[in-house]
Amino acid sequence: MKETWSRWIRRSRRRYQRFDWATLNIDPWLLLMLLLIMAGGLMVLYSAGGESLLLVKAQALRLLLAITAMLVIAQVPPRLMMSLAWVFYLGVTLMLLAVDVIGAHAMGAQRWLEIPGLFRFQPSELMKLAMPMMLASYLARRQLPPGWMDLIFCVLLIIVPVGLIADQPDLGTSMLVSASAVFVVLLAGLSWRVVGVCALLVAAAMPLMWFNMHDYQQQRVLTFLNPESDPLGTGWNIIQSKTAIGSGGLWGKGWMQGTQSQLEFLPERHTDFIVAVLGEEFGLVGMTLLLFAYLILIWRGLYMAAQAPDTFGRLAGGSIVLTFFVYVFVNVGMVSGLLPIVGVPLPLISFGGTSSVTLLAGFGILMAVFGHRKMSPR
Amino acid sequence: MRRPNSSLRNTAREVEVFRRRSLLAALIVLVLIGVLAGRLVYLQIFEHDVFITRSDNNRIRVEPLPPNRGLIYDREHRILAENRPTYNLTMVREQASEVDQTLKRLIRILDLPDAMYDTLQSRSRQRQRPFEPALLLSDLTEDQIARIAVNRYRLPGVEVEAQLMRYYPDSRIMAHVLGYVGRISQADEKRIDSGNYAGTHYIGKTGIERFYEKALHGTAGVRRVETNARGRILREISRTPPKPGKDLTLTIDKDLQEFGAQLLKGKRGAIVAIDPRNGDILAMVSTPGYDTNQFVNGISSKAYQALQNDTDLPLYNRAVRGQYPPASTVKPYMALDGLETGVMNPSDTIYDPGYYKLPNGDRKYHNWLRWGHGRVDMHRAIVVSNDTYFYHLAHELGIDRIAPFMHKFGFGEDHSLDVWGASDGLMPSREWKRARYNKVWYPGETLSAGIGQGYWLATPLQMATAMTVLANRGHWVRPHLAKKVGDREVEPPFSDTPPDVELKNPDWWHLVIDAMQDVADKTQATGPGREYTMAAKSGTAQVFTLNKNQKYNAEELKEHLRDHALFSAFAPVKNPQIAVAVVVENAGWGSKNAGPVVRKLLDYWLLPRLKQEDRPGLLDQPVQESTQDVHD
Repeated sequence: MKETWSRWIRRSRRRYQRFDWATLNIDPWLLLMLLLIMAGGLMVLYSAGGESLLLVKAQALRLLLAITAMLVIAQVPPRLMMSLAWVFYLGVTLMLLAVDVIGAHAMGAQRWLEIPGLFRFQPSELMKLAMPMMLASYLARRQLPPGWMDLIFCVLLIIVPVGLIADQPDLGTSMLVSASAVFVVLLAGLSWRVVGVCALLVAAAMPLMWFNMHDYQQQRVLTFLNPESDPLGTGWNIIQSKTAIGSGGLWGKGWMQGTQSQLEFLPERHTDFIVAVLGEEFGLVGMTLLLFAYLILIWRGLYMAAQAPDTFGRLAGGSIVLTFFVYVFVNVGMVSGLLPIVGVPLPLISFGGTSSVTLLAGFGILMAVFGHRKMSPR
Repeated sequence: MRRPNSSLRNTAREVEVFRRRSLLAALIVLVLIGVLAGRLVYLQIFEHDVFITRSDNNRIRVEPLPPNRGLIYDREHRILAENRPTYNLTMVREQASEVDQTLKRLIRILDLPDAMYDTLQSRSRQRQRPFEPALLLSDLTEDQIARIAVNRYRLPGVEVEAQLMRYYPDSRIMAHVLGYVGRISQADEKRIDSGNYAGTHYIGKTGIERFYEKALHGTAGVRRVETNARGRILREISRTPPKPGKDLTLTIDKDLQEFGAQLLKGKRGAIVAIDPRNGDILAMVSTPGYDTNQFVNGISSKAYQALQNDTDLPLYNRAVRGQYPPASTVKPYMALDGLETGVMNPSDTIYDPGYYKLPNGDRKYHNWLRWGHGRVDMHRAIVVSNDTYFYHLAHELGIDRIAPFMHKFGFGEDHSLDVWGASDGLMPSREWKRARYNKVWYPGETLSAGIGQGYWLATPLQMATAMTVLANRGHWVRPHLAKKVGDREVEPPFSDTPPDVELKNPDWWHLVIDAMQDVADKTQATGPGREYTMAAKSGTAQVFTLNKNQKYNAEELKEHLRDHALFSAFAPVKNPQIAVAVVVENAGWGSKNAGPVVRKLLDYWLLPRLKQEDRPGLLDQPVQESTQDVHD
């Protein structure tokens, strides 16, 4: 009996070792971290949503769809992605234009395209993938590191969709899209001297940006600088979220015990501010675990990108991973009061369909790039 | 990074560049994650205390639980001030699905005029938050409550809410004793502990309600409730129940008070009756009274104007604030002063030609009887209230010996224990006149003082108090209104009780009281048919000046210029149970007009309480024939 058991275990282990995840283009590490974060996220969401199983079910369903999408995308050969990047980019840009003309309004912004009776979605979300793919595809065909002419062309590619998104207005998304573009160019090896010059130019353009911002956007920045100036208005969010996190302490108040969040002091507690719920209920320990999980995810992602056989895969994959980090940093930074409030969700945890799909699709691209490395010549 | 020189694609170099940059990126990611972690450590460890407090403040609201106000009883435990539940109609807008419909239904159910709709509509919106009850109607009738109850299911969000409101069942006769509670004003806010009064709407404004405010009010409780961001209460965390205010038992006898008020009905006057054995104030009447209940929920300015403009001054507590010349009622004390200082012997006589002249003066100070009483000794001087004798006595004593002696009986100072707003009266003296008018004291003013006129002013409470001391043969008890505060008896000795008045020869008490007994016996109003012994002194106070705020009106003026009738007495003589002072404004002679009040009051009080020893069989003796009635 005992021997049968140990034999069975040994055999299973061998079978497992023989099982090649790579044939399915799935990275088990990445998948594990994603699933861990998502599982924890659903738990927090149950608490943040006022113990509504409905909300959790909806989110779980979306995540399931997103995972499926990720696994499907992982099977697409990177070469195909590279050659179709143009089409994807142009298509999404056209959709952004369409949003500008016929898009649906919600909450004072025009971000959605509606297919009546079916669903509505935000084309700007797709741009988060289209942009790095486009640039990676472009630069992969050029000699690297990119020169001034490449840079100017890239800026042109960036400016149109980002301008359209910023006009919706959606500061968060336009920022993330720009970031993903910048990462591609930086990873491609843009000379630091050029980077320095560009940074100076951007700094010089800051005042111009300020005057082009919407009133509420300006207000957000001002509020960030002095949240107490408007404690019941724009400052309310940041005061309440800091209070939630701070009152969590080392161990937190316990799952579903967060008074700040359960008593509705915390706004947007199941979307952009969900991390405050986590901070309140699970304390510093919970937050550290989350950040650690993200860190491992990002490191693994960068490693995978570095293993990519071609320039497109490296650049697109690397950019996607770093953009993912921007999500994390901006969201946690704003909720904890380090950064101004920008509408950026906490990846894989905030309630919301499109962002999860986009993020996991991005990881799908990464998996495809990593998984297809053996098939292409080195 | 330098530009590559080669035009060939250098894959190895590209990979190298990418690896270096992604390694740099990984380090930056690590650093930034470290920044976030640092921020979280700062918030969750170092600033934790600040935020935990803030978070508690956020969710926990402290709500006051107002205590029930203590009740007030008379000495026989009859209720004088109670808390009556009133029923208010409230509406929680959030719970009322269709406010308009509900209000319309309400108007139909309660038969309210249609015009009320707008009022109710605006009242329903008075609360900012939709889950707070808004007051629609207050003080519902039984019928209205019943109608609401029957139709409850049709009135979502509408509630009948009970609230306790002070009510004075015998408001008019008790007004000046009890005072009243009213809505807390801004001036009140300054003298109260706002925490203890949170949630309380009323506070003692005058009288007993004010004096014993602290005991009557009690201690507010609190309940800590958890609320959400919109302020809605989710659950109760803890509760400290309020300590209800202490009940107050007064020394007042409601029946006697009511009887006294009846005796003064239609007159302006005051009665103060004190039990000399312990200082219990048995009755403290000031007429006319007024209805204090209308002050509780805020009197209308029109009604208040009417009370203020009433020439009978109903708001004026004559018993403790009314200051009258004590007139001839002071003659017994004057006599005692003369005996104590040795200025006069009981047997000393003076000849009264109907007036008195100061040794070097021409001015005649007249006796009330123009042709004089002839030769009078002390006993007769008190009995016939001879002015000339007391002019002489006063002159011999001088104001410097009169004022300090009268202070011993409580003149010029309020010695009551707990009578709110009692006046000090005025015992004039040389020093007082210098301070007040910067003028010297004239000998003639001493003569006025000798018969309780001139500057001398006393409240009925003081007159009764002095009579108490006299009845006790010098023993002081402070007059007081509270018999019990909660379960604690209010009993003498009280602190600050003035020292007993001690005479060199205690027999002098009897001399004076003897004379006063004669006064009682020989006065038409008090003498005949009495079943107990009584010592008394009447007085008639001249009205010199017109009140400043009184308008000129020939009829009224005439009446208001008439003398005030005064009468003080105690009985039974041997072991006094009651001392009383009565003032009837502008009633004329004291013996004729205030005397009957005293007699009836004492009959009412003493007859059921008389013991055999107090009955001297006076009835058996005929009232002494006298050619002239005793007079003030």
